[in-house]
Amino acid sequence: MDGMDDVSYAIETHGLVKRFGKTTALAGVDLTARTGSVLGLLGPNGAGKTTAVRILATLLRPDAGSATVCGYDVLRDAHQVRQLTGLTGQYASVDEGLSGTNNLIMVGRLLGLSRAHSRARAAELLMRFELTDAAGRPAKTYSGGMRRRLDLAASLVGSPRVLYLDEPTTGLDPHSRNEVWGMIRALVADGTTVLLTTQYLDEADQLAHDIVVIDHGAVIATGTPDELKASAGRQVLEVIPADRADLSTVVELLEALTGTAPAIAVESGQVSVQVEGGRSLPGIVRAFDDRSIELAEFALRRASLDEVFLALTGHRAEQETQAEAGKGGTDAPARELDRSAR
Amino acid sequence: MTTAAVPATGRALARRPSPATALANSFTLAWRSVLKIKTNPEDLFGLWFQPIMYLVLFTYVFGGAIAGGTHQYLQFSLPGVLVLSVVFATLGTGMMLSQDISTGVFDRFRALPIVRWAPLAGAILGDLVRYVISILVTLGFGYVLGFRIQTNVVAATAGCLLLVAFAFAMCWLSAMLGVIAKTAQGVQWWGFLFMFPLVFGSNILTSTSSMPGWLQAFVKVNPVTYLTEAERALLIGGPAAIAVERSLLWALGIFAVFAPLAVAAYRRRT
Repeated sequence: MDGMDDVSYAIETHGLVKRFGKTTALAGVDLTARTGSVLGLLGPNGAGKTTAVRILATLLRPDAGSATVCGYDVLRDAHQVRQLTGLTGQYASVDEGLSGTNNLIMVGRLLGLSRAHSRARAAELLMRFELTDAAGRPAKTYSGGMRRRLDLAASLVGSPRVLYLDEPTTGLDPHSRNEVWGMIRALVADGTTVLLTTQYLDEADQLAHDIVVIDHGAVIATGTPDELKASAGRQVLEVIPADRADLSTVVELLEALTGTAPAIAVESGQVSVQVEGGRSLPGIVRAFDDRSIELAEFALRRASLDEVFLALTGHRAEQETQAEAGKGGTDAPARELDRSAR
Repeated sequence: MTTAAVPATGRALARRPSPATALANSFTLAWRSVLKIKTNPEDLFGLWFQPIMYLVLFTYVFGGAIAGGTHQYLQFSLPGVLVLSVVFATLGTGMMLSQDISTGVFDRFRALPIVRWAPLAGAILGDLVRYVISILVTLGFGYVLGFRIQTNVVAATAGCLLLVAFAFAMCWLSAMLGVIAKTAQGVQWWGFLFMFPLVFGSNILTSTSSMPGWLQAFVKVNPVTYLTEAERALLIGGPAAIAVERSLLWALGIFAVFAPLAVAAYRRRT
């Protein structure tokens, strides 16, 4: 199977199954990532995201199912797959005892680059990731964000065609997160295919062309961010009456016209209700006009991915993250099942 | 949203790593492990100060009591300190492997198109440098304290090579522990559990004649005893042939048992 250049899907899996003892991490997962696009793999901690990435990176063998990368089978052609892919884990897997430069030179040499070429590539990547000033220092002196950037740089030494980014921004501050996002966009513009796992819905929304939502090892939804938001169907109408006294009338009117009970934000006086498309809007506007109710806000917005996720799974995507942040361990997220079970 | 073709990489994909690649991978990872000696203060401390500490302690604490004088005792104990330092230095192999596995550095290696056993080979190759450092520090500081080689350069060099060969065998035990143990501390504990009786249930510190019969029986088959005897013979003089032969046989035996075990454990883990 060598016709890799005309493969339109850089990543393709069919029915991936992986069990760890009694736990089923993946229960038959199908994924496809179009060449040159970003596939967002979205799900809470323990959903099976990391397991899927580790199988695609040839670090784990699936119990059933198949996976190909650029047409190469991850089991049969593992060595070829490794030549085409780069991996950045959710915890930085750089060698803390080595300097930034030496970390990258080591990877270059392991990829078969000459000494001079490895050195040049290391300098180039350190510059691009704004690590030149820290290049000579051992990586253990780096901040979390710097380490993550070095890890990302290490996965790019070989200019991989397919890049796996396993929660690349977990534990990063907003500034570093924006930087990582910018780098991902630049890579995709250069033609790299990216598989991005994340539990942040806005991250998937910002970066991914296609999204696969998984929970408990199974795919529960697929589509573009827009499709997913549309499939949760309804849009949300937000209304704020100019006069607080009209609040109860507004609520009654909206309930009567849409058939669903509106939610009320007491502090702002905002009333929000789900509506089916835009067709009901003229009627609603007319009803307010008939009663001379003046409105301070009248806005229609799509459901957020957060609301989509809630609708699909019955729980919020980020609850585990918040629990972790509460423990103060944001920089070392709990590793997913498959690591502790090895 | 573009689905433009990815630019061709311009390199044909290899089906499997060639022998030349395997060798290059191993040397790259050996280079890395040598670099780490410089940057890891604990490691440096262990390598440099352990032999110095043993020499000073043994010479001045036991010297007068056991041999009736520090100089005579130094001549007697230094070959033992060489053995002891090198044997303990082999623990470094396992500790590094264990650390690499637990920090995720191993995953980075395994996701690269390198030969599967290169990280193991690299760690062990790199550690040969550590053994040489340990030997040179012991001999150098011993010289300062008054130790003199009484044989010749050839015999002394042979003594050093024998030490490295023995350490090379022992480090497979350490590598096995490194792959099995959950933490680097675990490696240290298990390592000491194996190595303490070997190192101290021997003729390193004293002659064996005052020991009870059961202990003498152990000391007589202990590889460390043969190695120490061989080192004494090669550095100070005396019949070396039997001790050297038995040390090498032991090294071969340890290698034959633990290298396959370490490789098997490594394969299971990776």
